[in-house]
Amino acid sequence: MNNQICWNYIITNEDFTRAGEASSDVKKKLRQMGVSPDVIRKVTIAMYEGEINMVIHAEGGVIDVEVSPDKVLMVLKDKGPGIADIEKAMTAGYSTANENIRSLGFGAGMGLPNMKKYSDEMKVETVIGEGTTVTMAINI
Amino acid sequence: MEESFLNSVTLNDQLCTGCTNCIKRCPTQAIRVRNKKAYINKAFCIDCGQCVRTCPYHAKIPTYDSMSVIDNYKYTVALPAPSFYGQFNNLEDVNIILTALKKIGFDDVYEVSAAAEMVSAMSREYIQQNKDKRPFISTACPSVVKLIQVRFPNLVEHMLPFKAPIEIAAESARKEAVQKTGLPSEQIGIIFISPCPAKHTAIHAPIGNKKSNVDAVIAIKEVYPKILPFMKEVQNSPEDLMISGKIGISWGASGGEAGGQLIDSYLAADGIENVINVLEDLEDQKFTQLEFIELNACSGGCVGGVLQVENPYVAKAKLKRLRKYLPVALNHYDGGDYTDALWDTKVEYQDVFKLGSDINESLKLMNEVETIASRLPGLDCGTCGAPTCKALAEDVVRGIAQENDCIYILRENIHKLSDDLGKLYDSKKK
Repeated sequence: MNNQICWNYIITNEDFTRAGEASSDVKKKLRQMGVSPDVIRKVTIAMYEGEINMVIHAEGGVIDVEVSPDKVLMVLKDKGPGIADIEKAMTAGYSTANENIRSLGFGAGMGLPNMKKYSDEMKVETVIGEGTTVTMAINI
Repeated sequence: MEESFLNSVTLNDQLCTGCTNCIKRCPTQAIRVRNKKAYINKAFCIDCGQCVRTCPYHAKIPTYDSMSVIDNYKYTVALPAPSFYGQFNNLEDVNIILTALKKIGFDDVYEVSAAAEMVSAMSREYIQQNKDKRPFISTACPSVVKLIQVRFPNLVEHMLPFKAPIEIAAESARKEAVQKTGLPSEQIGIIFISPCPAKHTAIHAPIGNKKSNVDAVIAIKEVYPKILPFMKEVQNSPEDLMISGKIGISWGASGGEAGGQLIDSYLAADGIENVINVLEDLEDQKFTQLEFIELNACSGGCVGGVLQVENPYVAKAKLKRLRKYLPVALNHYDGGDYTDALWDTKVEYQDVFKLGSDINESLKLMNEVETIASRLPGLDCGTCGAPTCKALAEDVVRGIAQENDCIYILRENIHKLSDDLGKLYDSKKK
């Protein structure tokens, strides 16, 4: 039998102050499961950045987290505008966030680069006008 | 490894009615009501005192030493906490308190606020030399240190590794007393006049130190009525005993320790719920610009401890008045080696809340917890004795509770049983 646990989060953009709640919840659950502090830190940062991206750029979405004995798998799926140039988006400092978002302190352009830095495997799939799916795996 | 845990709040089960008020207010969910009595799990308790504050029947008792402990020593030195000075009305001069302390049984006095100024000075130097480890979290509050040790593994390295002012004061006081009297150390009693029971745990089971130099912890609320008449007696001619200034006194209330850092980028939070929120956000790396984070488990800071007499905010105002015309500090760091003031033991994360002993077991148990939790009504009513339905589910998986402890589950089962009996009766009738 597969020894794993799955959690599903619906990320809304209706209340901006709630952004980051899903990654915070995952952090607490991993902590309770005794996962190493180093892995918890990586998962929290990677998922947080992805979650914020969904709120800022895509009007929310869905995050599925699957924990198995060897890794934490996160699939972040949104129905947003898609990413026009993935390579540019992955460079540090580049951001398509609007003025409003930047004035709140976001849009530094480090989201995707950080997600890549802290995950062991990452895949970005996008269709303009339909949405984006980011898959990240972090080894336990 | 078997760990024996010490905590400094106990239950008087004669007074406890099993009302469940405390289980909901405990920040680490350490309390369970079983057989109508509210028991504290020593491994989870951080001595924050919330249950003491909440209990309507005063059944939660903070642990501290009785004042009669003075009789166990040939020579005693009183170490008053800075917040002690804020407990009195119409006090103009701290020397009145210090002089009166020598009249109620103590041979000498050593101000913790003096040591606090030294810790402030040495920390300023340490933080300058270790900028890469910022932000630094204050470690004077034993409750906060315990909380970080058991719940925030990624913040353990950010704790400021200095001994708390009480320890520094105790070391100096003991040295001075031995020198003054020529007595052996065991005959000298270094006695802390404390705002809280957490300091009791801090001296008997220290974190960061192998052994404490404090011999006993007595309660401010017990010293207060004893010292008042003597304060009246000496108020016109107190001895000149005070050796601390503004910074030392300010440590008694929230914001004072941070103020002693003489920087702008700090945060001071008080009240255990607020402290937990700050720590969670800090772990999520939301405060990268801050240098220093002062955290106090009690609202208002140490003036809000459960062994205090005065309202915390009134006491804070009194401290402000007392320090107004004092010099900024009377204890300075001359640039020497401060390693003696640092922790002598490495502090490691203790995952007491962990479900399983390895990832495989944890996954299995976590799944069980979520399955059981989905069967429970989700009302967090507390009738089962656990603070939330999820906590009951965890208790069931840990083997210390049953699903039937939930009265909703029990009621469903009784209905089912009654249905089954009804069917049995009908089938027998035929």
